[in-house]
Amino acid sequence: MSTLEIKDLHVSVDTEDGAKEILKGVTLTIKGGETHAIMGPNGSGKSTLAYSIAGHPKYTVTAGTVTLDGEDVLAMSVDERARAGLFLAMQYPVEVPGVSVANFLRTAKTAIDGEAPKLRTWVKDVNTALEQLDLDASFSQRSVNEGFSGGEKKRHEIAQLELLDPTFAVLDETDSGLDIDALKTVSEGVNRFRAKEDRGVLLITHYTRILRYIQPDFVHVFVAGRIAEEGGPELAEQLEAEGYDKYTKVRA
Amino acid sequence: MAEAIETAKVSSHLHPEGSFDVDAHVVPTGREEIWRFTPLKRLRGLHADAALDGTTVGAEFDAPEGVVVERIAADSERRGSSGFVPRDRIAVRAWHGAATAYAVTVPKETVLDQPVVIDLTGTSVEGASATHVVVTAEAHSKATVVFRYAGSATLADLAEFVVGDGAQLTVVNIDDWADDAVRAGTRHAQVGRDAEFRHVDVTFGGDVVRHDTTAEYAGPGGSVEMLGLYFADEGQHIEHRLFVDHTAPHTKSHVVYKGALQGEGAHTVWVGNVLIRKVAEGIETYEENRNLVLTDGCQADSVPNLEIETGEIEGAGHASATGRFDDEQLFYLRSRGVAEDEARRLVVHGFFNDLIRKINVPQIEEKLVATVEAELAKNVLKGLD
Ligand SMILES: Nc1ncnc2c1ncn2[C@@H]1O[C@H](COP(=O)(O)OP(=O)(O)O)[C@@H](O)[C@H]1O
Ligand SMILES: [Mg+2]
Repeated sequence: MSTLEIKDLHVSVDTEDGAKEILKGVTLTIKGGETHAIMGPNGSGKSTLAYSIAGHPKYTVTAGTVTLDGEDVLAMSVDERARAGLFLAMQYPVEVPGVSVANFLRTAKTAIDGEAPKLRTWVKDVNTALEQLDLDASFSQRSVNEGFSGGEKKRHEIAQLELLDPTFAVLDETDSGLDIDALKTVSEGVNRFRAKEDRGVLLITHYTRILRYIQPDFVHVFVAGRIAEEGGPELAEQLEAEGYDKYTKVRA
Repeated sequence: MAEAIETAKVSSHLHPEGSFDVDAHVVPTGREEIWRFTPLKRLRGLHADAALDGTTVGAEFDAPEGVVVERIAADSERRGSSGFVPRDRIAVRAWHGAATAYAVTVPKETVLDQPVVIDLTGTSVEGASATHVVVTAEAHSKATVVFRYAGSATLADLAEFVVGDGAQLTVVNIDDWADDAVRAGTRHAQVGRDAEFRHVDVTFGGDVVRHDTTAEYAGPGGSVEMLGLYFADEGQHIEHRLFVDHTAPHTKSHVVYKGALQGEGAHTVWVGNVLIRKVAEGIETYEENRNLVLTDGCQADSVPNLEIETGEIEGAGHASATGRFDDEQLFYLRSRGVAEDEARRLVVHGFFNDLIRKINVPQIEEKLVATVEAELAKNVLKGLD
């Protein structure tokens, strides 16, 4: 069984007033087959956690470890992490002008697999993935994320998740800004991924809404750069009823 | 990428008086507005007094049926038929020094389905030369003319384009010089009533390449599109000076130049001047220059100027931006497993892609993509730290 293990992770960013610590000791273990939801108010450090796992250069890990099946993830470059089996669906996917979705997907797949995909099955796979996410076939000729609506960007992220097929997926607020139909479509994509053998999901969200479609095994409440409470799916229901006040007040 | 949209700045240098008298153009010192970016010392005297009697640049014409290619005499009235008047010393010297002049004529209503290809190939940098080509697309004709420059040379050349009423002329200029070539090219287009003129500048090779490209309108309804793609390597100077003179109402101009720079001392200059004269009511203009700096030690100068003499315009805008690789783009690609060098390559291709598509001359598209690829192989991949 695959394991993604985060231990006592401390992360800071450079600001005008020097380094600012955002993650203050995060410990979390995700095993293949598990879905963990991370819920927390805006600014609590959820994206920082996601980016740090993916290796964004803006974030500096000052302490702690991240390992994938015992391998030191923090020692890997951004692309090595992806090739090792990590995937990040971004809260704000980046526009890459002039690079078509088709070219992008083929290049990424080739990089992840270490060889070019078989042309015939690949074209079929791409079309299926796009179709399942309600993306028109013409989509593959557009520039990556350029001029996409918010919903299209998120659906494109999940299409990539399905095509690149990592071991662990970190989904950073993939549900934000989606209408209910798009939310269902995206959730179905994530559930198809989850249904495969030994896949783990770290589902970051601000709202409980998506958890009706993607049932988590564990829920972690994230506040001020730390996990404030952990539990099963019932914790999400409690948050739905009571909000984050209790946690943020404790801090104040 | 940082975006800097400047507000319109009125410049008095947009329309200096021209003259056919060499002495009216003093030898530049480098402090003049139009010379301030140019490394004069590397021009091998083109701007000063170097004799222009070299014979090392050969011209070959490959023209489809129906096109007339002629050698014309120094005093032929075809010369200057676009309304061209030299505005700097190199241009006036080329005018008087051009040992050979050619006229290419696409007769009235002739529609070409293949381009006219003109190869100018140099064999030595010794002995500066001058050439002059006058292209006339007569009324309602439609043609593409490709100029390909290659080899070693020290060249001052003139090109005139007379675009007849309702004609559509696309000119593609490819500077694919050897590393030691120096070229100062001056082009002038006169765009007829309801005519369309497209000028595409592709500049890769050479030590110093400086282009001065101007367009004016002979009647209302004409449109000018100027596209440019350049790639400057270590020590290379590539300069584009453009001037669109809206001399007639309801005319359009659209200018987009994109460049990439790599290697110590790579220098590019883009000066885009647009003048909207009092008579030019209801015009539309847009000009844009973007530069992608791939390594340290490069400099991209970008100066858009818009001078407006009438309040009655449909639209006018300009944009200029110079940036390094966008870290967020690289991160996004790399987070999908794409290695850094490949990610950089994708970003640069992407940067040029929409422009290459816009050029829309299938015969050169493949070559362009290949050339961009070859340029990238030189340095972008080496530029990794
Ligand atoms: N580059 C940065 N400079 C300064 N502060 C930052 C930077 N990036 C993130 N932060 C701060 O870190 C905190 C956590 O941000 P983020 O991880 O985006 O939170 P979330 O995803 O939970 O909304 C916020 O207070 C944010 O303002
Ligand atoms: Mg966030």
